Amino acid sequence: MNSRTLILAALITLFSACLTGSQSPPPADSIVLATTTSTYDSGLLDYLLPAFTEQTGIEVRVISVGTGQALELGRRGDADVLLVHSPADEKRFVTDGFGVARHCVMYNDFVILGPSPDPAGISNTTAAEALSFIAKSDSTFISRGDDSGTHKKELLLWTNAGVEDKGVGYIESGTGMGLTLLTAGEKQAYTLSDRATFVSMKDRLDLAILVSGDTLLLNPYAAIAVNPVKNPGVNSRGAEAFVQWITGADAQRLIGEYRKKGERLFTPLQGRCLEDSD
Amino acid sequence: MTTLVESLVGAVKLLFTFDSELVSITLLSLYVSLLGVFFAGLLAVPFAVLLGTKKFRGKKLVVNLINTFMGLPPVIVGLFLFLLFSRQGALGGTGLLFTPEIMALAQFIIAFPIITGVTLSAYEGVEKDVIDLIVSLGTNPRQRTWLTLFEMRYGILTALMAGLGRAFSEVGAVIIVGGNIRHQTRLLTTAIVLETSRGEFETAIALGLILLSLAFIINYALTVVREGGRE
Repeated sequence: MNSRTLILAALITLFSACLTGSQSPPPADSIVLATTTSTYDSGLLDYLLPAFTEQTGIEVRVISVGTGQALELGRRGDADVLLVHSPADEKRFVTDGFGVARHCVMYNDFVILGPSPDPAGISNTTAAEALSFIAKSDSTFISRGDDSGTHKKELLLWTNAGVEDKGVGYIESGTGMGLTLLTAGEKQAYTLSDRATFVSMKDRLDLAILVSGDTLLLNPYAAIAVNPVKNPGVNSRGAEAFVQWITGADAQRLIGEYRKKGERLFTPLQGRCLEDSD
Repeated sequence: MTTLVESLVGAVKLLFTFDSELVSITLLSLYVSLLGVFFAGLLAVPFAVLLGTKKFRGKKLVVNLINTFMGLPPVIVGLFLFLLFSRQGALGGTGLLFTPEIMALAQFIIAFPIITGVTLSAYEGVEKDVIDLIVSLGTNPRQRTWLTLFEMRYGILTALMAGLGRAFSEVGAVIIVGGNIRHQTRLLTTAIVLETSRGEFETAIALGLILLSLAFIINYALTVVREGGRE
């Protein structure tokens, strides 16, 4: 009987401790940033955002999802600002009136990875050649298949390579970049990844970069504030402050200085867009 | 390449650093699950007893529905709540999306049918002669209910445990409605998903060990309560 009372008391104490301990004070000002797994999983935002919060007092709540879902969160007004990488969709998002304007922030690049024996022989080819070799040799290729920016880029590359039949080895993982890479590593398959996520995980992966440097493989990121005209509930003042900040000199310098495992992962665009330089 | 053993060793080391983020994630997980299951129990237990006592048309259907909802896929609950509480949704104005409270609500929905179902079978499990005895004591209906509830106290405890266990280890719903926001809506389970996708297996396993240990402690405490009662 005694031990019962004791344990009940302990449970009640635990519950109340959780009630007080877990509740951080509500932030005075905060924005919801919907972004892609690549910016978040690479650790860039954890490194970058404290500086923004310190300068502006605005707290950033990061939702890290695929670009498709991030854009949908923006359309519904559940996010205040987006940091995504799918230029064609971003432009449509702005033209359709969901976003205020598209601001180029930075870029990194995609790489085609595969097992180092390279059975399809794609090493040092162009992206288009690589994909057609993979398809022709029926090698296993793992697609994200999740409507993310990386997935959209991959589909664009297949179209660009003029490959109709992707081969029997083409499979869709339906997961984020990290899990797709792990799957590709385990299956010793080819896949497309952004360089940042690959670099941050490469110690755990038995995969090598086989194709890189093709201009088609460049991966630009843009920030878009969600349009308050369509979604009056959004914190557009906070969103605009974020867009201003991340395209500004301080953040651009920080982005350029970010290193993971000794490698620079993102290149700041300093107000330019990749399309301008084309 | 890291092996399972290396990851495990790394995880245990990490646990003993008592990282403040790990601690707050753990506390938040407990808060969300206890909140959700507390209210689920508060409503589900009386509901189950009422269901057990009363005879009405369509009772079979209700019981079948409850049993079906015991296997409700959490991700569906998550999607449903997301659409409801999204700014475009019917309850968008509440601003509850991406908060701990909506995660508790998701767990409430998941735990409610489980607690109802298990409590109901506990009620049916109270032997008929015990009920007859209670009736023969000349009790009024109110006293009868209380005595029956007392008889099924361990069954109710088991029901609450089952609900808590499911809520605590659930990830599909809370990651959708909570958004897995660092320092705000990141729970043990959603953090495990994130760390796995980042390839940080040590951290993922460390979080898994915390989850398991807590489940063990809660179960153990309740076993002690039960045995204490049998003395």
